[in-house]
Amino acid sequence: MTLENNVQPASLTHFVRQEPFDPYAVETDRGGTSDLDQASQLRLMWWRFRRHKPALISGILLIAAYVMILFVEFLAPYRVHTRHMDYIYAPPQSVHLFHEGSFVGPFVYGMSMKLDMVTLQRVYSEDTSKVQPIRFFCRGENYHFWGMVKSDLHLVCPAKEGQMFLMGTDRLGRDMLSRIIYGARISLTIGLLGVTTSFVLGIIIGGLAGYWGGWFDLVTQRVIEMLHSIPSIPLWLALAAIMPADWSPLLIYLGITFILGLLDWTGLARAVRSKLFSLREEDYVLAAQLMGAGSARIIGRHLIPGFMSHLIASATLTIPSMILGETTLSFLGLGLRPPITSWGVLLTEARTVSIVALYPWLLLPVVPVIFVILAFNFLGDGLRDAADPYK
Amino acid sequence: MIRYILWRIMVMIPTLVMISMLIFTIIELPPGDYFESYVEELKAIGEKADMQEIEELRARYGFDQPEPIRYLNWVGGMLKGDFGYSFEYRMPVSDVVGDRVWLTILVSTVTIIVTWLIAFPIGIYSATHQYSWGDYGLTLLGLIGLAVPNFVLALVLMYLANIWFGTSIGHLMDQKYLNEPMSWDKFKSILEHIWIPVIIIGTAGTAGMVRRVRANLLDELHKQYVMTARAKGLHPFRVLIKYPLRMSLNFFISDIGSVLPHIISGAEITAVVLSLETTGPMLIRALQSQDMYLAGSFLMFLAFLTVIGVLVSDIALALLDPRIRLRGGSTK
Repeated sequence: MTLENNVQPASLTHFVRQEPFDPYAVETDRGGTSDLDQASQLRLMWWRFRRHKPALISGILLIAAYVMILFVEFLAPYRVHTRHMDYIYAPPQSVHLFHEGSFVGPFVYGMSMKLDMVTLQRVYSEDTSKVQPIRFFCRGENYHFWGMVKSDLHLVCPAKEGQMFLMGTDRLGRDMLSRIIYGARISLTIGLLGVTTSFVLGIIIGGLAGYWGGWFDLVTQRVIEMLHSIPSIPLWLALAAIMPADWSPLLIYLGITFILGLLDWTGLARAVRSKLFSLREEDYVLAAQLMGAGSARIIGRHLIPGFMSHLIASATLTIPSMILGETTLSFLGLGLRPPITSWGVLLTEARTVSIVALYPWLLLPVVPVIFVILAFNFLGDGLRDAADPYK
Repeated sequence: MIRYILWRIMVMIPTLVMISMLIFTIIELPPGDYFESYVEELKAIGEKADMQEIEELRARYGFDQPEPIRYLNWVGGMLKGDFGYSFEYRMPVSDVVGDRVWLTILVSTVTIIVTWLIAFPIGIYSATHQYSWGDYGLTLLGLIGLAVPNFVLALVLMYLANIWFGTSIGHLMDQKYLNEPMSWDKFKSILEHIWIPVIIIGTAGTAGMVRRVRANLLDELHKQYVMTARAKGLHPFRVLIKYPLRMSLNFFISDIGSVLPHIISGAEITAVVLSLETTGPMLIRALQSQDMYLAGSFLMFLAFLTVIGVLVSDIALALLDPRIRLRGGSTK
């Protein structure tokens, strides 16, 4: 092998295989004994997905977020509607570790408020004489876990007789951090439920259109084209305005979910339809038909599994628009309404620029919105790449 | 070409008819009508409504007739340029709307042009420098643009302008020009104000467009003819300009169709926050008070605007790409 670096670059090395020639090598070599060849499609997808680091990290974060919303009562330092009348529009407190040079652990300073008699504003200042250490796994406000089990255990709570508003308070003195944590429950699930609605609609309508073709397909295509050409927000607004004001919060929540899903299925239906058009000509479909399988069985059992992964990937990419839609509708006053607490409802507090200028922390609920939307986008990108692992 | 345009307009008509039916249904769906909520409102503040006037108005606008006839009246009226009567403002819808329609068109058009001008070079850069730091940075920036709700962006920009310049940037023109006829001064005032909404509305659209331009151009860049051209020694820039860019230009024009609904949606929300003199704030008010003719006409107008935009982009596409006009089919 050292010849390669020799003075005669043009000459090729002569390679002689040492093993004896086996004429039946092709027969005995079963091929595909390596991990890669043996792996199932799901496994291949997972390997592919794992390589997309942003998607992987986003996926983990999102799973963490969805697990978190199961335990909001425990995670939030206060209850969602607790008012602190002495601390209205209090600014965010910062967490300190050292007090006068000595280590105390995480703590906040107390706040003292005085009224500015000229502008009639509340002015809060840190009172460095009051050190209020933050407690962990502590007994705080009572709550009913999921409305059933009574408890008072919190992950963090303020010092006894102290306050802790890490993200400030709103006009009723409610803790923003707790409200954002509670809001996640509504905001995160509304996207999932909405996507489920549009997923079901998209698969059924797109599946029938693609499999039957003919007039059903023609009508569906027209309807989709029409829905595409109406700007979504005005239409959402119009639909949201239909909901009677005396509906219970739960009904409104379901209604909004349904509205968001109602306009979103078109993209999925289109994807399903075009995939079915190409797949229904396959031999295995003919075989199934000859064996007497009905349309529903062929679509559900043989065709849809073939491109389910693509569908899931594209559905993931539509969740962000639903979350944004909910936020926008609520902000405009036509979506969810208090006492339901979602990120959109929280943002309505920051309605005008004069309020934002005075109390900028009211805009903080937008931070989780941005993070969740970014995460869903990355996750969707990664899933889309992984959906076709053979490429 | 003329045949294609005619065919395309023919296709537009059933779409518009269906949209009008849908909008009429949505407007009709809430229980009760404007008069009922109006009477309720008056009752709440302890006044009595003039029932005779209301009955008169009801009869005049055919509220006692069955739905299909009312629908036909509404559509028929629109064809003749009569958009119905706004009960809340007590005047014809066309008078209430007035300038707002044109301002909405103006804001949308300017936004599309700006979106284009920004998205095109960035998309090309991202595609030709795939996986470079610039590409990653721009992609992330674009994603953030997609992720920030329009109204928050509007609030933040207003807040910053308040701090830095000490001015309020709401509205679309100086208040003194509001009901004036168009003049040079008014035009200048609009120009001074319009860039803020354009930036706000444009961000989400631009981000989406950059992503699509990039993906589209990347597909072309990996094709064999590009490789051939490069192998023959053509300068990379010339290769780019001459072949793949032309191919992706098609897509770029047809993309207006998908961007336009978003821009109009965004314009509505931004208009509410910035209190622009466009259709947004009025539409929401009309929807809330069940002022059905006003709301319906607004929705119809917005849908019409989108349909026309898609039509224009389709025709431009046909001009550019002979395959489309010869096939005579839809571009989708």
